[in-house]
Amino acid sequence: MKKLETHVVSIENIAKATFKLVIHVQADMLNTIKPGQFVHIKVGEGTEHMLRRPISICDISNTNETMTLIFKVFGKGTDQLAKLTEGHAIDLLIPCGNGYPMDDIEAEHVLLIGGGIGVPPLYYLGKQLIKKGIKVTSILGFQSAADVFYEDDFQTLGDVFVATNDGTYGIHGFVTDVINEQSLFGDYYFSCGPTPMLQAVETKLKDTTGYLSLEERMGCGIGACYACVVKTTDGESTKKVCQDGPVFKANEVQL
Amino acid sequence: MSLLKVELPGLALKNPIMPASGCFSFGKEYSQFYDLSKLGSIMVKAATLHKRLGNDTPRVAETKSGMLNAIGLQNPGVETIINEELPFLAGFDLPVIANVAGSTIEEYEQVATALRRSDIAAIELNISCPNVKEGGVQFGTDPEVAAEVTRRVKQAANVPVYVKLSPNVTDIVAIAKAVEQAGADGLTMINTLTGMTIDLNKRRPLLSNGVGGLSGPAIKPVAIRMIYQVYEAVNIPIIGMGGVRDAEDVLEFLLAGASAVAVGTANFENPLVCSEIIDDLPFVLNKYGFDSVTDAIGKGHIDA
Repeated sequence: MKKLETHVVSIENIAKATFKLVIHVQADMLNTIKPGQFVHIKVGEGTEHMLRRPISICDISNTNETMTLIFKVFGKGTDQLAKLTEGHAIDLLIPCGNGYPMDDIEAEHVLLIGGGIGVPPLYYLGKQLIKKGIKVTSILGFQSAADVFYEDDFQTLGDVFVATNDGTYGIHGFVTDVINEQSLFGDYYFSCGPTPMLQAVETKLKDTTGYLSLEERMGCGIGACYACVVKTTDGESTKKVCQDGPVFKANEVQL
Repeated sequence: MSLLKVELPGLALKNPIMPASGCFSFGKEYSQFYDLSKLGSIMVKAATLHKRLGNDTPRVAETKSGMLNAIGLQNPGVETIINEELPFLAGFDLPVIANVAGSTIEEYEQVATALRRSDIAAIELNISCPNVKEGGVQFGTDPEVAAEVTRRVKQAANVPVYVKLSPNVTDIVAIAKAVEQAGADGLTMINTLTGMTIDLNKRRPLLSNGVGGLSGPAIKPVAIRMIYQVYEAVNIPIIGMGGVRDAEDVLEFLLAGASAVAVGTANFENPLVCSEIIDDLPFVLNKYGFDSVTDAIGKGHIDA
């Protein structure tokens, strides 16, 4: 992991309060990135924001030497990140976390199940999976039509089903409703999204091998401060989301 | 670099900079950013007798120029720390300060006794953690109780004991004098200030523990004031901490009366901060007319 000072290549508002931030990262660093890892971004200069913000890696381009990050504005820190402009300096710890176990996957058909701002890391994962000849079906859940993003990008990977909680776009309901209605089945699943969604997915697909990517408020982002822990399923110990995760095998930790 | 050297009980420091306990774990994670031998010392994460899983999450919240934490002294227990964490630090050229915590005076004694089998240079006696239900700060808010736990740990330990003071008291000078009389070799101050933040959407305290410890630049003036007052009342050295972020902050702590300075929250903002401060400190000392670190200690006092 390194502390990298780089700059913004572009920033775009792609959905409600949702921003696509493209930053410059050199190829030798990009080559070390695994799907599911994240970067820990410093917000602004000075002392107002003492904690970095963890943002998952959505995509990388070796030819352009860029990395795409998608984040949602939730508070003052992310609001400040949304005000970044092209060429602006940005300071990040990279890469953080463990990522999805790409080498161990022996599957023919994988379900990617994302909810809201949990959707982005599944995109780079999907790209890597289809490179390995694995069929990918994406199920993306959002609150409302205004929140939907990256549907077209996921279309390039395979079939895509979009659900909205309020029914204003796609299928009315949750991602698990889509799995039921469409009788979707894969021999592996990967999921990232809000905890209630991950719980529902883990229960629904209890007989399928799955990996979940978790979110938690973080301090250091490198495993030193014990802010972002989750209990293991037996309740006897904890794992750090930033260092042991953010990707965990289904049923490895308590959601 | 003799201008940065400081000699304290048990601690021959090549420079006065060390990461604060709880912000740096046992050093491994930060060793990927720079050579830990560069540090003056390291204050490792608190040890209790048995493993503690800590509080529920959320455990941290950002606040303006600071943060709240309520980790709850999560640690694998002193035996595991001695056997699995401290050996890693033996590979670096720096004295290690172990942080000792407990729920009872007996537990403090037992942890200090267990640490006799380790290679530490000093103990930081943590009687000021605000985030656990039993123990912690209750030992640090009453002068007599603070003195008693200090006396007992001094007897149990085979290295100098630095007592970490809580700022959440009416009269920190009284506590400082009491632990000095009880045999403390030094003081470390300040621990975090208790605080709270409320989530506007949920209408509930954001931290699962409700209250947490406030740290970061927001608390620096409180730390400076308390060190300034305690320095005038005691004859044992003070390791200062509370919102340190750059070499000028370090000089301010030295002027207030600290002999060495620990960096906490700023490690999260910038994992290289201790290393950068060590590089900058000679220039800052020079800029403000000091020949060495020891030359600056206490020089902020009117009769200095």
